[in-house]
Amino acid sequence: MSRIKEKFVELSAKKEKALIAYIMVGYPNENATISAVRGLIKGGADIIELGFPFSDPLADGPIIQNASTVSLDNGTKLNKFFNIVKKIRKETDMPLILMTYTNILYHKGYSKFIAEAKNAGIDGFILPDMSIEESKEYLASAKNAVDTIFLISPNTTKSRIERIAKLSSGFLYLVAVYGTTGVKIGIQNYTLNAIKEVKKITKGKIPVGVGFGVSTPEDVKKYIKAGADAVIVGSAFLKLIEKTPQNKLESSIATFTKSLKRQTIQT
Amino acid sequence: MKYPKDGRFGEFGGKYIPETLVPAIEELEENYLKFKDNKDFKRELDYYLKQYAGRPTPLYYAKNLSEKCGGAKIYLKREDLLHGGAHKINNTLGQALLAKKMNKKRIIAETGAGQHGVATAMACAVLGMKSEVYMGYKDTIRQKLNVYRMNMLGAKVHPVKSGSKTLKDAINEAIRDWITNVESTYYLLGSAVGPHPYPVMVRDFQSVIGEEIKVQMKKISKTPDIVIACVGGGSNAIGTFYPLVDTNAEIIGVEAAGKGLKSKYHSATLSAGSKGVLHGMMTYLLQDDEGQITETHSISAGLDYPGVGPEHSYLKDTKRVKYHSATDAEVIDAFLMLTRTEGIIPALESAHAIAEAMKVAKKSKKSESIVVTLSGRGDKDVEEVQKYLSKHVKN
Repeated sequence: MSRIKEKFVELSAKKEKALIAYIMVGYPNENATISAVRGLIKGGADIIELGFPFSDPLADGPIIQNASTVSLDNGTKLNKFFNIVKKIRKETDMPLILMTYTNILYHKGYSKFIAEAKNAGIDGFILPDMSIEESKEYLASAKNAVDTIFLISPNTTKSRIERIAKLSSGFLYLVAVYGTTGVKIGIQNYTLNAIKEVKKITKGKIPVGVGFGVSTPEDVKKYIKAGADAVIVGSAFLKLIEKTPQNKLESSIATFTKSLKRQTIQT
Repeated sequence: MKYPKDGRFGEFGGKYIPETLVPAIEELEENYLKFKDNKDFKRELDYYLKQYAGRPTPLYYAKNLSEKCGGAKIYLKREDLLHGGAHKINNTLGQALLAKKMNKKRIIAETGAGQHGVATAMACAVLGMKSEVYMGYKDTIRQKLNVYRMNMLGAKVHPVKSGSKTLKDAINEAIRDWITNVESTYYLLGSAVGPHPYPVMVRDFQSVIGEEIKVQMKKISKTPDIVIACVGGGSNAIGTFYPLVDTNAEIIGVEAAGKGLKSKYHSATLSAGSKGVLHGMMTYLLQDDEGQITETHSISAGLDYPGVGPEHSYLKDTKRVKYHSATDAEVIDAFLMLTRTEGIIPALESAHAIAEAMKVAKKSKKSESIVVTLSGRGDKDVEEVQKYLSKHVKN
């Protein structure tokens, strides 16, 4: 069983939902990434998504775009990224997911990239520009090695959700809003309906995580109440990282993480 | 025209897109297939192309330029004479009409040199639709005349300050807008790039260029011996080449070599790039050793792009089309040469094709014919050229 799957089983036994935290590796530098991860562990995050920057992040809003640029300008390369993953892996058994864009894998070759990532300690992948139609080689390379987390959107048809769910492992990533990451437009009824609809279609065969624009404990509470198995918070962490001095980063992240995690525990 | 059902030209193309766009892309493909051979749609488009845009464009024998080069006869396909000053209107009229049939009220577009933005603004004005255009901040400065034109035509121009602030980033931003407003908005892509079906659709709408060349050359003698067009994303080139790939013509695409292919400052994707995935397609790209897209350079904003239409990648790999390049310096020479010998001011993009034609003509026989697509006029570029000259030419 994969680490991600195990985590969901474990949480389900405790009647908890998952808090998934996203950070951009190398933003604004390697030390901040390590401190932020420690804060996430301390604060009780269940799964960490580690972003590897891409020059053209077309599904991302201004916050992650900026973090990508800063990280790349600071010299984040794959070797350095995998070394950071290895360091993190020494400190935690928590599932680690790599989020980046298709070209980064395509360029190295799917098999080679996935093998290196797995060796460093990565458990799954999220590629926002990888559609199932183009995923054959990616899926073949990931099989029995890492989880492939595909995204669905509130406008995805029922039959397509079924097809995507079949090709997904770990969890299914429901994009909460029409838009890019980190854009705050408040909780939409169509999102709450989509959560219910997706849960109905997937029949508990795969957990459903909700992300994009999720930034406060109230957001977490509402999405969990609507039936989400996990919530993904990203840009809000990056904003916090941006404004917090390095020596307070670990504790600030831990405090914020706790406030989010609390909402995933059913009482 | 052949329609690749799997959305691929050989291994190139495809649709690597965020899931939110899948229903929009499917809706687009469904409607394109429904209307592309529809008689009424074709009649309406034909009406606008003739009466509004000014088709067919002349195939002009550039006698003075030919004599100066001293070899083959050079013919210019005068897309620069179209309404708006470039070939872009062929595609914007087609897609804007399609958007209208699809009941889309809001049109977005990206633009590099501003010619596609202007052509979008014109098509939307005449068809009664609203348009918003994303343009790299760097391009809004070097092509500001086109920004003024778009504003006057009623389009809202959004300068894009992310990344390299050029065409690539304008496309990123347009895609982000589309993801956000997917239900109401039609994305009117201006080049033969992006996810399927855009590369096919743009090619089809631009193929009027090559179709006319075929007919016009037949009246003069035969099919052309050599056909040349400039390639950025590659819309005027694919429109020129596609109807002629089945003939014996030698076909040459010309990329922007900027300050030289050995420098980092060029946009010659096919000449110097490698395969990758960007903007929804698998194609040749300019990228570093880890797949990060690299910044490009060209004196012409319209060719300043690190990718290329997937069909060009296919035509390169199958060796049907040769892809050469011209440096900024060669382009300026060609720009001035055409201006002074023929009294035609070409767009800097099109001057790349002229530069290649001058090289090829010198080496060709007098009995041979070269057709060059003059994709646009150069009024937008006179300030840039003036700047270049005052910097590089003494006295």
